[in-house]
Amino acid sequence: MSVELDVFVGNTTIMDKEVYQLWLNGYTVNDAVKVRMEGGVMEECEASAEVLLSDTMDQFRTFQMCERLLQNPAKLANQLLFQIPPDRQAMLIERYYAFADAFVREVLGKKLSKGTKKDLDDVSAKTGITLKSCRRQFDNFKRVFKVVEELKGPLVENIRQHFLLPDQLARDYAAIVFFANNRFETGKKKLQYLTFQDFAFCAGQLINNWTVGAVDNMVEDMDVDLDKEFLQDLKDLKILIADKDLLDQHKSLVCVALRGKTKVFNEMETNFKNLSRGLVNIAAKLTNPKDVRDFFIDLVEKFIEPCKSDRWTATDVNLYLTHYTNSAHILDSFKYQTVWTRYMGVIKSCILRMYHE
Amino acid sequence: MPGKLKAKVVAGRHLPVMDRASDLTDAFVEVKFGTTTFKTDVCPKSLNPQWNSEWFKFEVDDEDLQDEPLQITVLDHDTYSANDAIGKVYIDIDPLLCSEAATVISGWFPIYDTIHGIRGEINVLVKVDLFNDLNRFRQSSCGVKFFCTTSIPRCFRAVLIHGFVEELVVNEDPEYQWIDRIRTPRASNEARQRLISLMSGELQRKIGLKVLEMGGNAVVGYLQCFDLEGESGLVVRAIGTACTLDKISSTYTAAIVQNLSNSSPSKDMKDSPQAVPSALGCRSTHSSPVHSASSRLSQGFSVSVPTLLFAGMKNRHRSSEGPRARQCRAGFGEEAPGVPLSSGPPTPLRAQTFSSFSPSKSYSRQSSSSDTELSLTPKTARICLSPSSPIHQCKSSPIPTTKVPRSTTPPPLHVSQSDTAMLRKSVSFSEDLLLVASGMGSGGSAGKEAGPLKALLRQQTQSALEQREFPFFTLTGFPPAFLLHVGGVVSARSVKLLDRIHNPDEPETRDAWWEELRQEIKSHAKALGCHAVVGYSESTSICEEVCILSASGTAAILSSRFVQDGALDTDHRLSRQQASVFTTGAEKGEGVMGSSASLGFEDVAPPACGFCHIPYDELNMPFPAQLTYCHCCRRHKVPDVLFTTIDVPTEANVTGKGCLIQARLCRTKKKGQGEGNATAISNLLPFLEYELHTQLLNKLKLRGMNALFGLRVQISVGDTMLLGLASATGVYLTALPSPGGIQIAGKTPNDITYEQHISNMQKKINDTIAKNKELYEINPPEFVEEVIGSPIPEPRQRSRLFRSHSESSDEVLELDLSHGKKDAFVLEIDDTDAIEDIHSLLTDAPTPPGFYSCNTEIMPGIYNWTSGLQMFTSVRVFRLSNANLTNQGLNKIFNDLCENLLKSLYFKLRSMVPCCLCHVNFIVAVPEDELIQVAVTAVAMSFDKDQSQENGRQSGDKTLMKAITENEEQLQFPLELSAESPSNPLSCAKGLSEVSGPLPSARAPSVDHSSFTDRCSSWIEQLRLKAHTIRRGSIKTMSSLEKASPVPEGRSRSLRSNRSCPGSSITVVKMTPLSFIPGAKIIKYLGIINMFFIRETTSLREEGGVSGFLHSFIAEVFAMVRAHVAALGGNAVVSYSMKECVFMENPNKNQAQCLINVSGDAVIFIRESELEATPSQTQSGNVQTSSNGEGT
Repeated sequence: MSVELDVFVGNTTIMDKEVYQLWLNGYTVNDAVKVRMEGGVMEECEASAEVLLSDTMDQFRTFQMCERLLQNPAKLANQLLFQIPPDRQAMLIERYYAFADAFVREVLGKKLSKGTKKDLDDVSAKTGITLKSCRRQFDNFKRVFKVVEELKGPLVENIRQHFLLPDQLARDYAAIVFFANNRFETGKKKLQYLTFQDFAFCAGQLINNWTVGAVDNMVEDMDVDLDKEFLQDLKDLKILIADKDLLDQHKSLVCVALRGKTKVFNEMETNFKNLSRGLVNIAAKLTNPKDVRDFFIDLVEKFIEPCKSDRWTATDVNLYLTHYTNSAHILDSFKYQTVWTRYMGVIKSCILRMYHE
Repeated sequence: MPGKLKAKVVAGRHLPVMDRASDLTDAFVEVKFGTTTFKTDVCPKSLNPQWNSEWFKFEVDDEDLQDEPLQITVLDHDTYSANDAIGKVYIDIDPLLCSEAATVISGWFPIYDTIHGIRGEINVLVKVDLFNDLNRFRQSSCGVKFFCTTSIPRCFRAVLIHGFVEELVVNEDPEYQWIDRIRTPRASNEARQRLISLMSGELQRKIGLKVLEMGGNAVVGYLQCFDLEGESGLVVRAIGTACTLDKISSTYTAAIVQNLSNSSPSKDMKDSPQAVPSALGCRSTHSSPVHSASSRLSQGFSVSVPTLLFAGMKNRHRSSEGPRARQCRAGFGEEAPGVPLSSGPPTPLRAQTFSSFSPSKSYSRQSSSSDTELSLTPKTARICLSPSSPIHQCKSSPIPTTKVPRSTTPPPLHVSQSDTAMLRKSVSFSEDLLLVASGMGSGGSAGKEAGPLKALLRQQTQSALEQREFPFFTLTGFPPAFLLHVGGVVSARSVKLLDRIHNPDEPETRDAWWEELRQEIKSHAKALGCHAVVGYSESTSICEEVCILSASGTAAILSSRFVQDGALDTDHRLSRQQASVFTTGAEKGEGVMGSSASLGFEDVAPPACGFCHIPYDELNMPFPAQLTYCHCCRRHKVPDVLFTTIDVPTEANVTGKGCLIQARLCRTKKKGQGEGNATAISNLLPFLEYELHTQLLNKLKLRGMNALFGLRVQISVGDTMLLGLASATGVYLTALPSPGGIQIAGKTPNDITYEQHISNMQKKINDTIAKNKELYEINPPEFVEEVIGSPIPEPRQRSRLFRSHSESSDEVLELDLSHGKKDAFVLEIDDTDAIEDIHSLLTDAPTPPGFYSCNTEIMPGIYNWTSGLQMFTSVRVFRLSNANLTNQGLNKIFNDLCENLLKSLYFKLRSMVPCCLCHVNFIVAVPEDELIQVAVTAVAMSFDKDQSQENGRQSGDKTLMKAITENEEQLQFPLELSAESPSNPLSCAKGLSEVSGPLPSARAPSVDHSSFTDRCSSWIEQLRLKAHTIRRGSIKTMSSLEKASPVPEGRSRSLRSNRSCPGSSITVVKMTPLSFIPGAKIIKYLGIINMFFIRETTSLREEGGVSGFLHSFIAEVFAMVRAHVAALGGNAVVSYSMKECVFMENPNKNQAQCLINVSGDAVIFIRESELEATPSQTQSGNVQTSSNGEGT
């Protein structure tokens, strides 16, 4: 004796947030039922396991039917099949496109290709996120990437409009797309300490300042590709380390400004040339795609790690970078002020964000 | 050429990819009506094509307009191979034919394919221009409004309720034709869908004709059903109540007048002040000179007669019971003469011993009616087996009729005499009629081919006769003071063997079957001293070649206020026809004329408890029952228990709250074929019904209640079992005595452990009753016992009542409980059966806290509904793995299935607590040997808990009245306002612009979809701004303005396109099985929605198995209903019901098929909070009605 068929269809589609989350998390129906039972919903409503199972199955089926629409959220709003109140629609979309930080850290900067998808079972094993959920998240990344790739206009705005995502989530997706496009290396051991939000912040900085879109806002891919001209110009900054006078001048200006303001002044003074060389070299190499990928590693290796070993505080770093940037403006023979500002502005905020004490 | 249909294809969206190579589609559209087809251009390589076609124009008969749907097929153009169909849209034109409903259909329709489901959407515009039809022999009935709602629709007022209309059409089922073998499933599905669409169009048209013939302008409580008889064909049948309705709240005069002009010329005269002829819309003025003359004549009577009669009757009503009862009878006798068509000789017999003639009668009838067919199908002799024939007592089961069962004692002498006399008269008459009818092709068979004269005759004779014949009303809710007394449930069933319908144009056999059943019902009602049957419905259950036909209703006595005129009307017509058509009609005519004078009943508004008072004569009770004085008025007698199929009357005094009560039963039966099978089933039926009834009664007592409303007994037949499900809403009627407890008696009183067991159980039962009383807040005021009997019936009498359910059968002797010497209802445990019963009694889980449930429109005792509304359909199929189940095992499974289903519903809807499941409608079926299917459609409505407690009582009553019957106010308003009625439209208009100012800010806080609120408020603002450009009747607040400045048709779209909010283009459409929407006012009825869909799959697993398949299909059906409603300009469907859900699967072949039939009324509603801001409109809205309130 068995229930052969069991469906429930409401004129307004009924969806339980909690069950939706379980579905998104890739639970099987039975696991979801277990979780719900532990959650105490049964006692609350005098329900039996049978009832719970029926409800869970039914909702999972509903979600599955909705999934096609969720993949194209604009359709969700003007489809006729499910009558879902707008606030519910927003919730469905937002949660569908939400991702786990643990997961995104694994694929951030990787090519969103079939190869990567194949490796998702490893990711799943490593992060403890179900493979199903990993696949959904990965497919979301890929889908968003594919759609915005071909669109003009600002990246975040495109994502927000196309996928009806809330602002913050749209920004995160922009970061993911940006990282995937530029293939920034984020998986190295040295970068493990950084969270997705750290990277997302940096991506935001890069998008706002270093891409084509920062100067021209109606180009394809404007927010995804770095501004080639700018990268080219960065080579000019080499003079800051190549010209010995300039380097010394720069150092002394910084030292004057910093003296007495920090406990690690001595370390700053000794390391100045090293650090400056590091930052300027990063700038000079960015024309090479390979070095773009290593941008974050370079930042860590060339700047963050030395500072850390000298026990700089974040305030120290802030102070140092502020004066380092400003002092260059006072240098008479240094003519690349705009490029310098554009470069150092991003570098400074990235480093500050990445500098975990 | 009375009509021009225009259609325009605008655009498509979300089309499927039809060309794999390009991932795109080259779509074009075929628009077909009747035999004419137009095509759009191909819109290459697009999934969102913009055709923006010209207007395709079809010049067609209005008859076709009513029958045919507009077919829109979307195809993918293929240069080399045949074009692939993407899907279809069928659009029912009917709403456009009724001038008062929608004026244009426009919107996005899901493109539906029977194999793939919904595949994108298409935007279409449809309009109709109707010309005056001056053809006197026309076959169309444009302009008759149809309502599924089983009460007088909200914004109308009943002028007259004419009575029963029925029709059926039959055809071959395309699925079962030989051609099926060489056809794709898609082709046969589409052929079926189209055929049924055609048939229901035809059916509606024919019913419409009957309504016009009766002088009505609307059908209320329209119930249309399909019988898929398999190889023997397809039957589409419909019943309804013909009414003359008046619009109340609207101010679109033109529409009203038009509408009224449909009904009869004399109406026009009455409404002449507003008579503004309109060029648009259909004219169904009866051009037949004879006819109009007759109706004018009758109208003359209708005005004067009632007043006369009422004046005469008023006093008598007060005097005593006796005369009244006799009068009822007289009245009924008058109604009775219709018995005809039962050409069998035993008819006279029948009146004397209602129940003891069955076999001979049914057989004789069979032979007489199947003369012609016998020659064609010699081997399948038709058998009309009445379910209870084995008992040889009553023709078809009288059992479900709780109070009804006819006693074996013969009815009082004088009654029977008069009856026989009446019957004899009618028989002679009917035989003549039968001859005439068969000569002309009766029963809705005279289609287009039949000669116009023939058809006219047929319609007139038939409808006139049937009006006389069956004083049935499909209504379940009534205008105040319409329902005088309720007798009890009457029902009849019969088992038939299906055979091939040889000539679809002559569906006489099916007609005769129903005829028989209706006669049965009528005689039951008569036995209860009632002259009418209300809450009437019909249903079938088919398994292979066996078909169970069921009909049930509630015997009642109605006020003559609404019926009278109608009856007279037909009287005259009848007599006229007899003079002109029948040569033998004279005798009958006289009889009718004579009796019509004595027809009147008292017209005093009865007290709230009035309907509980027994309609039958106390001294000559039709069956033994325990009578007490009414606990409200203490003057009239009431029964101890009352079962009805209607809704709780609004005026009823109910103590506490009600609850859903279900009796469930399964009976195994042996597999069988043909006659043997039919006999077996009819043998089982009485037992099944008896037990269902016992269960109901027990459960009712267990809840401490004394009345059932909305009773619906469903019997489903399968190969190896019979399922019975009785659902009703139990309430405690204050007027009725408090029910006694339930007493258990053991058979072996000496056994001590057994005694203990019994006493344990007894305690449990007592506890449950006490708990239930608390739960449902049943604490009736103490009633001082009066002499005539205690509220708790004497055991002896009690048992007699019990026995009467199945008369003198042997079985009853066994169950005679007279020896139980306890004070209350006695249950005897003498075998395991009974123990099981009691167990199941106790295992019925109570509803979880915060939940209530009922199967009536609303729950008595709950008044303050919020706008939270969730309509749903849930389907379960249960497979019995063990074929050798006992009855008890089966019962338990079935019981658990229903209980679990309910529990699941409660769980699903827990977020709406406190809430009530209203109009819970179960449909059970046995699709295969070991499958049980249960489908539930209901609406969950949340309510405000706090107010519903103590203080809510008073204001609640008010709300109830307001929410449930606007009829009341509808009837009073006009009179009060009539003085200022001719208020000039301009001042109204001014008032509008003033009051609508603050409207946008006064948003309904209760609207659950914010987008809709936005739309509404912005919409109303639009109205104000663009007042002069707005379409006729699109919203109530506008209409007075319209009167001042009629609007060009062409502008109609502007409103709707403007109001859509930027976010989503989709109108939120509410659906509810109820006739109203809490907290909102229905301002316009847009037409009936009646849709039939088939879905089939050959990749069941890929679509998520049976559940996935059905889930998406039901969702698709909802979507299509919503889309059609939105296209009509509506925002809700009321009185929604799913009438059919036939699911078949073949998992081995990975296939499944499902058919769903749904119906409802498309409406526009606005929130009351918005309405309140425009009181002046309401007033002006009532103005018109005042002038023709002659009946009130």
